[in-house]
Amino acid sequence: MAKPTTRPARKQGRRSPLASAALIVIGLMATGGIYALFTTSATASTTASASQLTNEGSKLFAANCATCHGMSLQGTKQGPSLIGVGAAAVDFQVGTGRMPAAASGPQEEQKPPQFTQEQIKALYTYVGSFAPGPAIPQKQYLGGNGNAAKGAELFRINCAMCHNVAGAGGALTEGKFAPALGDVSAKHIYEAAETGPQNMPVFNDKNLTPAQKADIITYLKYLDNNPSPGGIDLANLGPVSEGLFLWIFGLGTIVGVTIWLTAKAN
Amino acid sequence: MTAAESPRGGAVVKRRTATGSAANWIDERTSISGLVKELGRKIFPDHWSFMLGEVALYSFIVILLTGTFLTFFFQASMAEVTYDGTYLPLKGIDMSAAMNSTLHISFDIRGGLLMRQIHHWAALLFVASIGLHMLRIFFTGAFRKPRELNWFIGFILFVLAMAEGFTGYSLPDDLLSGNGLRIIDGLVKGIPVIGTWISYLLFGGEFPGTAIVGRLYTLHILLLPAILVAALGVHLVLLVINKHTQFAGPGKTNDNVVGVPIMPVFAAKAGGFFFIVFGVITLMASLFTINPIWLYGPYDPSPISAGTQPDWYIGFADGALRLVPHGLGFLIGPFTFSLNVFLPVVVLGLFIVIVAIYPFIEGWVTGDKREHHIADRPRNAPTRTAIGAAGVTFYAVLWAAASSDLIATHFGLSIEGVITSLQILLILGPIIAYLVTKRVCLALQKKDREIALHGYESGRIVRLPGGEYIEVHEQLSDYERWRLVSFEDYKPVMLRPDANGRISVGQRARARFSNWFFEDRIQPVSQTELEAAHGHGHAAIEAADSHAAVEGGH
Amino acid sequence: MAQHDDGVTTPEGDAVHEGTPTGTALQVSSAAESDPGAGVVHSDRVVNPGFPPHNPRQTDLDPVKDRRAEKQVAFLFFLSIVGSILALAAYIAFPILPNDFGSIRTNNLLLGLGITLGLLGIGLGAVHWAKQLMREDESVEMRHGTRGTEATREKAVEVFTLGNEESGIGRRTLIRNSLIGALVLTPVPAVALFRGLAPDADPVKLMQHTMWKAGTRLTHDPTGVPIKASDVTLGSAFHVIPEGLLQREDMLEQKAKAAVLVMRLQPQDLHVTKGRETWNYNGIIAYSKICTHVGCPVALYEQQTHHLLCPCHQSEFDITHEAKVIFGPARRPLPQLPITVDSEGYLIARSDFREPVGPDFWEREV
Repeated sequence: MAKPTTRPARKQGRRSPLASAALIVIGLMATGGIYALFTTSATASTTASASQLTNEGSKLFAANCATCHGMSLQGTKQGPSLIGVGAAAVDFQVGTGRMPAAASGPQEEQKPPQFTQEQIKALYTYVGSFAPGPAIPQKQYLGGNGNAAKGAELFRINCAMCHNVAGAGGALTEGKFAPALGDVSAKHIYEAAETGPQNMPVFNDKNLTPAQKADIITYLKYLDNNPSPGGIDLANLGPVSEGLFLWIFGLGTIVGVTIWLTAKAN
Repeated sequence: MTAAESPRGGAVVKRRTATGSAANWIDERTSISGLVKELGRKIFPDHWSFMLGEVALYSFIVILLTGTFLTFFFQASMAEVTYDGTYLPLKGIDMSAAMNSTLHISFDIRGGLLMRQIHHWAALLFVASIGLHMLRIFFTGAFRKPRELNWFIGFILFVLAMAEGFTGYSLPDDLLSGNGLRIIDGLVKGIPVIGTWISYLLFGGEFPGTAIVGRLYTLHILLLPAILVAALGVHLVLLVINKHTQFAGPGKTNDNVVGVPIMPVFAAKAGGFFFIVFGVITLMASLFTINPIWLYGPYDPSPISAGTQPDWYIGFADGALRLVPHGLGFLIGPFTFSLNVFLPVVVLGLFIVIVAIYPFIEGWVTGDKREHHIADRPRNAPTRTAIGAAGVTFYAVLWAAASSDLIATHFGLSIEGVITSLQILLILGPIIAYLVTKRVCLALQKKDREIALHGYESGRIVRLPGGEYIEVHEQLSDYERWRLVSFEDYKPVMLRPDANGRISVGQRARARFSNWFFEDRIQPVSQTELEAAHGHGHAAIEAADSHAAVEGGH
Repeated sequence: MAQHDDGVTTPEGDAVHEGTPTGTALQVSSAAESDPGAGVVHSDRVVNPGFPPHNPRQTDLDPVKDRRAEKQVAFLFFLSIVGSILALAAYIAFPILPNDFGSIRTNNLLLGLGITLGLLGIGLGAVHWAKQLMREDESVEMRHGTRGTEATREKAVEVFTLGNEESGIGRRTLIRNSLIGALVLTPVPAVALFRGLAPDADPVKLMQHTMWKAGTRLTHDPTGVPIKASDVTLGSAFHVIPEGLLQREDMLEQKAKAAVLVMRLQPQDLHVTKGRETWNYNGIIAYSKICTHVGCPVALYEQQTHHLLCPCHQSEFDITHEAKVIFGPARRPLPQLPITVDSEGYLIARSDFREPVGPDFWEREV
């Protein structure tokens, strides 16, 4: 059978093989872009007034929080009362993603926040409007320009027993734990100390003054910015990780060397 | 006098060389040629597991070298000073001179932190390698006569190494090691009758006092190293006198040593190994932080860090303290008998004592007075290996318990669950380990026996004329087989009345133990069985196997 | 198939080990010496086949490989030289700069890596040399029995016998016994010296009291600022030291007994036993921070469960039930410090603890 020397006539117009690919890309970009356009919250946000925030906050609250905390924040069997917890508590809990609560366990853990900054602001304005409570910390205490030495001493006495001297975290009873503090924002550190989330004690301003909290934040920032001079720090978990590392890598390497050393040359 | 006398003795060489003259000069004053003659070509068997003791020795030398450097800077005083160095989070904080000088070494002296880290990593390696070395000795039965004494000395070395480590890491007087001292103080106070006074004398007053760091320093750089070096010397001298054990192999017997001579091969390998061990330790110290005391701050009885544990080799003791169930203790009249501390001390003490005297226990059980220079393969001493596995499991559970809170946080468990599980595992674990290990050893012995008699399965399937398929087995060479058939055979001791016609309690006990040790056993292949396996084919092999099964193995 | 299986020594049974075909240099002097005990000495053991043929190495056979191995060894030694020089250079070029904390890390790393290379170069080179190039076929050395020869042992026995006869210590029992008495008592004065390790006070009395007294104010640890009852809100945990502690010479020793944790609960949550009704102030309670197990600070307070956790050995104390032990190795609840307020509203102690603080000790209840 002879091969046809001419190509069969095209039924449709010329089309480059890349055309399909290009069409798909354009289509995806279009749909994605249109979606983003419609769902982007206003980055060019107008400063909402307090009443606007409270309004929006109450709507968000009703939709996301009231089931467990009650429509008037009075609390239910599932969640404690939020009257008087203050804006700081809400900013911390919602800002670190701990709230809205996920499946039950020994404690609520940090997860990606479910709300934008604006929404969080609305929520805490709303909750804060119910009764006086700890407010959002003032910026002057969050800059990390306190006294790191005083902060370190206070941290060791008040915080290290749960969070570890280097903020590496630690165990509590019945499956709970104090989380690691690396790369937690200064604001959230302050708010957590002030409001005592879950089983963490409350460190009110008479226990740790704002200046003292600022010192502690300064110390934690110092730790974040100054890696260990001794080298890789094995997660700062102390002698346990050092011992494990030694047995597995140190002794392992050396035993490997002994096997090489006594093996017969080929 | 015209020509130099060569230290090798023999013919007088006419040509003077520098080495020859030097050797001559020394020999004429010290008789060193005798030593060179005796030791220079001494034979050392060459197996990797024989080098673990060397790892310990070399890491000890590294410790001595770096430790000496540290003593030039460390101040073992608890006098209070205010830190004014480069580490900001401690600036202006009051601390002891000990901590201050340690911070100075770490942050102000070039290479100071490196020396500290090498010293500490080497210390961890020192104890770990002694432990591994001890396990090797145990599982190969190298503690049998004539080496029982050396085992005991080695055990003393192990305890001394742990003591050195403990006194050493308590020197900087930081929060972590200070809490360790607090625990020791609590432990000591719990000792009945004399505990309060021992604590008072040890700390020179109430805890923490101002004396303990200085006293630990004396122990750490003077007393303990002196005893350690002396014991180490005896340990090595005994090694030279008894000569090293060797694994079974063709040409190796209980009466010879087969290996390489000290000069030049062993010296080159051992010397090179020293540099490698040193190099590996230095590599760890260059790359990985160890014991960052600046994070812990000075010792104070009020603060404490989450995840407070001692260095790994003290872990088994800390774990024991965590696993004691609560509420143990009672009053004897007006006196408090605290069991929650005393009990772990007694249990650990018993464990340690059994480890220390094990060679004598096993020697009593077997009654074997022959010298043993062939190292056992662990499978050929099933009960001993199983006991060892049980002991290791016991130790490992206690060690794991020391990190119970870290296990909880890292695996998402509760500390109560972890501790309760480990309490159960402490009892069940060794039992299970014993049973499993014993059966595995016996099974491996059976496999060895089969391979010795029938050879390896070669993977070649052959069809016989009658239609039968068989897999061709490749016989081992005599050399390969020797290792499988050369092990010692033991049998439970038969009770026999002595001259007075009595059987003493001791004899009865011994017979019981020997029964436990040797009732389940696989006998080594005999020459007759071997010939039968090669010569007469299948039927004879089966008869031989079943006979061996009846005799004692299964 | 005949097999010897008696574990009892017979004069013939211990003569020669069948497993030593290369001859025995093992001296068998007496029957008890080489009593195999439970060991079984078979008569038809497999015979030791002797040394296997020697397998030469590549470097023994091929001069090119030999040269290459030699170059490799020299290269490794050369690497060591480079490493040592690099270490020296790092020491000079990367000093610790005064305000640069990170310079310590750089110095540590580079100095260390240089030294590492210097060491590993020699080590690996020496081992490679021994493995590839040095003569490595196995040599044999015979063992001799560990015990001395009969002649030597007789001489040794003679030394002691003569020593005994010539000194007369064996028969002169008066001399011997008085010597033993003297030697035993000589170290006693030295032992007595060890009493001086601690001051001449009675440790039991010291351990039974702390510096808390009626009226001592509760202050912040570490600043010493007094605490008002109104400062302590629900869910708080205050770390407390007695007023005046910071001025003491023996500050740490006192702190090791006097450290206290103050918390506030709802009064209805507290189960107060008889006699302790006045020990708390409106739900503000104070407990010793020193664990009754072995003395670590029991500092972890869980404000919702009202549990105190000791991080050392995980003893747990229930604050609602007067610090009763609910888990872990501790035996006794934490001692409670009775508190009240003074006229200005500051928290003060009513008295010292009513029992010794801290771990068990023998004379605790005396």
